[in-house]
Amino acid sequence: MAEAKAKKPEASGGEAPLRLTPELVAFIDEWREKPGNLIMVLHKVQSVYRYIPRTIAFEVAERLGIPLAKIYGVVTFYHLFKLQQPGRHQIAVCMGTACYLKGGQDLIQEFENLLGVGLNTVSADGEFSVESVRCVGCCGLAPVLTVDGETFGKVTKEQLPDILAKYRGA
Amino acid sequence: MGYRTFILVCGGEACEGGGSAALVEALTREVREQGLEDVAQVVKAGCFGFCGQGPVVKVLPDESVYVKVQPWDVADIVAQHVRDGRPVERLLCDRSRNRERTRVEVPDYYQKQFRIVLRNCGVIDPESIDEYIAREGYAALDRALFDLDPEGIIDELRRSGLRGRGGAGFPTWQKWVFTRNAPGDEKYVICNADEGDPGAYMDRSTLEGDPHSILEAMAIAGRATGAARGFIYIRAEYPLAIRRLEMAIEQARARGLLGRDILGSGFDFDIEIRLGAGAFVCGEETALIASIEGKRGMPIPRPPFPAVRGLWGRPTVINNVETLANIPVILLKGGDWFASIGTKDSTGTKVFALTGKVNNSGLIEVPMGTTLREIVTDIGGGIPGGRAFKAVQTGGPSGGVIPADFLDTPIEYASLQELGSIMGSVGMIVMDEEDCMVDVNKFYLEFAVDESCGKCAPCRVGGRTMTNVLDRIARGAGQESDIDQLREIGHAMQKASLCGLGQTAPNPVLSTLRYFREEYNAHVFDRRCPSRKCRDLVVFYILPEKCIGCGLCARRCPVHCIEGERRKVHVIDQAQCIKCGECYTACKFDAVSQK
Ligand SMILES: Cc1cc2nc3c(=O)[nH]c(=O)nc-3n(C[C@H](O)[C@H](O)[C@H](O)COP(=O)(O)O)c2cc1C
Ligand code: FES
Repeated sequence: MAEAKAKKPEASGGEAPLRLTPELVAFIDEWREKPGNLIMVLHKVQSVYRYIPRTIAFEVAERLGIPLAKIYGVVTFYHLFKLQQPGRHQIAVCMGTACYLKGGQDLIQEFENLLGVGLNTVSADGEFSVESVRCVGCCGLAPVLTVDGETFGKVTKEQLPDILAKYRGA
Repeated sequence: MGYRTFILVCGGEACEGGGSAALVEALTREVREQGLEDVAQVVKAGCFGFCGQGPVVKVLPDESVYVKVQPWDVADIVAQHVRDGRPVERLLCDRSRNRERTRVEVPDYYQKQFRIVLRNCGVIDPESIDEYIAREGYAALDRALFDLDPEGIIDELRRSGLRGRGGAGFPTWQKWVFTRNAPGDEKYVICNADEGDPGAYMDRSTLEGDPHSILEAMAIAGRATGAARGFIYIRAEYPLAIRRLEMAIEQARARGLLGRDILGSGFDFDIEIRLGAGAFVCGEETALIASIEGKRGMPIPRPPFPAVRGLWGRPTVINNVETLANIPVILLKGGDWFASIGTKDSTGTKVFALTGKVNNSGLIEVPMGTTLREIVTDIGGGIPGGRAFKAVQTGGPSGGVIPADFLDTPIEYASLQELGSIMGSVGMIVMDEEDCMVDVNKFYLEFAVDESCGKCAPCRVGGRTMTNVLDRIARGAGQESDIDQLREIGHAMQKASLCGLGQTAPNPVLSTLRYFREEYNAHVFDRRCPSRKCRDLVVFYILPEKCIGCGLCARRCPVHCIEGERRKVHVIDQAQCIKCGECYTACKFDAVSQK
């Protein structure tokens, strides 16, 4: 009950407050009656906003009749759901076994040197954020990283500045 | 007029990363431009399992395999091979494994393999139900609906000896009997496609390469157990597999192979997809069920088993992707045929993602009972760079290592378990002398700690403590008692954890303590890492007799801790060195050494 009464937060930083898109509303209506719908709805939310914005979580809670606390519990349990907005381009460095053995950690370190921020933090210019993921299924190409879903294999530290340059401002 | 030639382009993840989509386009265009569109068809197929050499293109009927194909090779393939029937020598896959690409039609790599699960992967267009049907697809479902009753289906499975490929190796037919006999009208079939082990992608390749086989098997499971609804729980990280499954479900519904009254038999069965969200523990069956129910994926104690109380409290059969992929073949060829492959207690084949330090990494399927040596040397083509083989890791974070002494062990459920490893739905990772066991185990344990749901103390606290101890050892601060402590905590976790995650998390450490004790000793007593992987224990120094004073190392050093005048011997200031290894890689005269 308490969460239903809690004051809806205003979007910070002068941005217009986020509202559910019509597409999302339709999706939620379609899934409303199906048991176990929460995770599917959260995936959809994240595919629109690239993270789970707080204002949207409020709206989802209302529409699905699920307490906000439960939504928070689910969002924080699963690694894939993000509470913070990621950088404009999302870099994922594979830290599966094959990539770990072939130096995935060194790539993460090098990104930190190049971008000035560690994992899961947005670079100062808002362009990039780096996360580590488990096996992306290209172990033959280890070490592997992806940028916005595009795969790069057999990556060396020396290639990273070029990879960043390709996306910066794009 | 029918097609005379098929050009298959691997659509597996590794090849997609290498640009296979562009190849499909370029090939299609080239075929059209050369006026061959009536005789040759370009097909984007599932993973060929040859991932280290991508993008891979296979030409049928003569089965030439082209590796590392680039867009500018396309014209030659079409003109020479398709039009003139002469394979393009320079692109053919190589037998001797040197860098040259010379002619051989079916690489060695495939010869020790036997494909049941991957029968269609890389052969058919996974997006076409017609191609699946043309290869006896849905014929097993037809048999299950019209020739066999549920007992008959289960009996065929019993005779096949098929055991679960997802973890514990439980006989599949028994699981089905339990679910069938459990009281209740509403029952469910779940396909576990949550393949969360880091370094494994067998299930993903099956789903991407042959999605209909899983749908067919689930419908058969529904018929045998009395379930009318199925769920595929798949990792959200597999977008291509999800898309192909969605497509396949639509196609099957349109043909009356899913939905109400399948093929007029009166049997209803339909399938929905549910997405995981990046939690390894959700591969565990009770956690998976919680996740489908929309909750945090926390395991609960068993019994009751899902066969009795599963999804929404109803009887549920949960099978792994690979287990399911075998089932249509078993119904068509018979349980006895299946039981004749492999060994007595482990029948059929097993798919592995072979990776790590081998020349040919990729997806392989071998009969049970194949030895590790055959896999590593014959199929894997040995270790690159002439380095020495050290161990094979199977079972990922729940498994263990198998050292060189046991390379002739045949792969079976029992033999792997005896060695402290497991079959599991996991990769097979080859390690060489440069891989440090302490370091690798730190990786696996950190994984388990990261993925622990935190519900039970043995797993939550035990895992963390073991990681701290390993970390201490890797930093050179290990104590004599540490090794005993690792063992004690490990055994406690095995006994007291709630689910398989905690029960198996200490396996990698315990198994390496068994086979590589001296390596731990070197870290603890000599403060030395024999593989020179644990950075804190490595010391870089410059050999005065080799250094010519070129200054390259000093320029490369990120913390400027190398000093020396031009043409004089340089020195590393050990107090400042961060052990990044830049100087070691930079030196052209092998003057930088490490110990
Ligand atoms: C921590 C943990 C992770 C698991 N991950 C998977 C997995 O990724 N895929 C899978 O099929 N089974 C996994 N399992 C095993 C399942 O619990 C279950 O035994 C299996 O899906 C049953 O299918 P099968 O009988 O066909 O092997 C996991 C078990 C545990 C304890
Ligand atoms: S471990 Fe990185 S792609 Fe598999």
